Amino acid sequence: MLKFISGRFVVVIAVALTLSFITFFLLNVAIDPAQAVAGEEAEALEIEQVRQQYGFDRPILIRYFEWFKAVLTGDLGISYYWNKPVGSLLLERAPETITLALMSVLVTIFIAIPLGICAAINPNSVIDRMCLGVAVSFQAIPNFWLGLVMIIIFSVTFPIFPVSGDKTYFHFILPSIVLGASSVPPVMRLMRTGLLDVMEADYIRTARSNGFFGRKLILNHAMRNALLPVVSVLAVQLGHKFGGSVITESVFSINGLGRLALESILGADIPTVQILVFVFAFTFLILNLLADILNAYLDPRLR
Amino acid sequence: MILKTFIKRLVPRVLEDDISILSPKTVVLRKAIGHSGFKFGLLLFILIILLGILGPFFLDISPYQQDLDKRLLPPVWIEGGSWDHLLGTDGNGRDYLSRILSGTRISLTIGIGAALVGMIIGVTLGVIAGYFGGWIDQFVNYILTCQLALPGLLLAMTLVFLIGPSIPVVIIVIGCLHWTLFLVVTRSVTKRIVKLDFVSASNAIGATKLQIIMQDILPGIINQIIVIFTLEVGVAILAEASLSFLGVGIQPPTPSWGLLIAEGKEAIFFQPWLIVLPGIALFLLVVSINMLGDGLRDIMDPKSKLE
Repeated sequence: MLKFISGRFVVVIAVALTLSFITFFLLNVAIDPAQAVAGEEAEALEIEQVRQQYGFDRPILIRYFEWFKAVLTGDLGISYYWNKPVGSLLLERAPETITLALMSVLVTIFIAIPLGICAAINPNSVIDRMCLGVAVSFQAIPNFWLGLVMIIIFSVTFPIFPVSGDKTYFHFILPSIVLGASSVPPVMRLMRTGLLDVMEADYIRTARSNGFFGRKLILNHAMRNALLPVVSVLAVQLGHKFGGSVITESVFSINGLGRLALESILGADIPTVQILVFVFAFTFLILNLLADILNAYLDPRLR
Repeated sequence: MILKTFIKRLVPRVLEDDISILSPKTVVLRKAIGHSGFKFGLLLFILIILLGILGPFFLDISPYQQDLDKRLLPPVWIEGGSWDHLLGTDGNGRDYLSRILSGTRISLTIGIGAALVGMIIGVTLGVIAGYFGGWIDQFVNYILTCQLALPGLLLAMTLVFLIGPSIPVVIIVIGCLHWTLFLVVTRSVTKRIVKLDFVSASNAIGATKLQIIMQDILPGIINQIIVIFTLEVGVAILAEASLSFLGVGIQPPTPSWGLLIAEGKEAIFFQPWLIVLPGIALFLLVVSINMLGDGLRDIMDPKSKLE
């Protein structure tokens, strides 16, 4: 088990290092940082001035190593746009995004798993078809539009929920439904096929012949194995939630990391964007690692 | 009905034998005719294309023409609407039907373009990894792991906005971030084909690697590529809409659906149709494409049964 974890951990670190370089490279070569800081209408002389002032004229590898060394010592750089250390910006904004991501995964769990079980218990029934229909349509609904329509229905026409903001947990209900809905189709499908596969297994037949049936059979025997892949997909989906928070947070005006990312991009604030891309990628990697470990722990065949 | 099931039960063997007599094309065609999801998706898709491409020629109102006296008119079925503007007008008095119809072309151009870019990257990497195997395969796998961890939307926003938002930039950036599905499928199918006898035979008669890839492997993966391509068009259309909605994709006054929704956001309290209508257009287009893709997968799967 320890060998398995350490092996995976090495891969995570290697990927994280590669990604830090790729994002740094993309944001400094595909985009001219001096031009971005000076603005679109800037004169050539002005751009040149910015280039020297910020040190953009030095070789990219040297700048990468300097940046990397600073990040390792905890100095994430200074934001051009907010004129603040990027680290403190992150700490200010992170709680909102974490709340949103966790609540949206809860929404996914409470919608997708019961639907998947219902569909698997009665394959090819009306419920099954309806679940499939829901899955197909949810994949085609853009997240931001769902958010706006929810606001129109539940905040404007029937004023139940607040239109926007992040003051109380109540404010997070609509946004987390919107963000959670996008993960419902994959999780539901996996739950359904997983349960259908398990129900065919020999040990379920044995349990059946021993007199187990109905809810008891499914909850006590089948669910345990069918849930394994679902758990790891949920972890992956939680990772996606951080990246997906950009849209939901801007629709509902939540002051989290996603909104920070959008504002930083619009302000051409490369140091902040750089760190945010890396933070989202690293969160995703760590969640995946945790899912792998959890799966290996629950299923000894994987070790 | 009863007779049909009765016959099926009596002669299943004969029916199966029948398939082997039919040419592959006939089998696919028959499956397509029997697949209701595919038919519905295809019909809806053709309808949308006809509306989107031919529609603007029949409407004599330009999507850019402003008429400030007629701002925020409601659609014709709501009180105050008029037949001159079937879906009403936006905040600048531009005809909303005309704007939505011309948005179809933008969505389709970007969707198909980005899926093409993604296909070229993914299929190339996938064939190389599957054919050569070994450390090359491992290296490609590593690139895949890196790509999967990257926050795609965030990176796309940054690159498009800071390089300079225009249709070609949006196509290339979205395409460069959506190739993983092509890679995964192409690689696994290539690995399976490489082991087959006819590839060894080509090798034995002295075919070059490029010849083997082009003539033996690619024809074997084309079906899967078509299916993924279709589904990725839908994904790319949604990605473009998200970028434009956030203000970092297609820029005004071009009538991209995402942009229309963003502009409608200002009027969310009193003119909700400005948000709802382009969203429905987006939904219908993506649903039709997804149904088409799912249908194609069923139809082209040799294991699926002929009714």
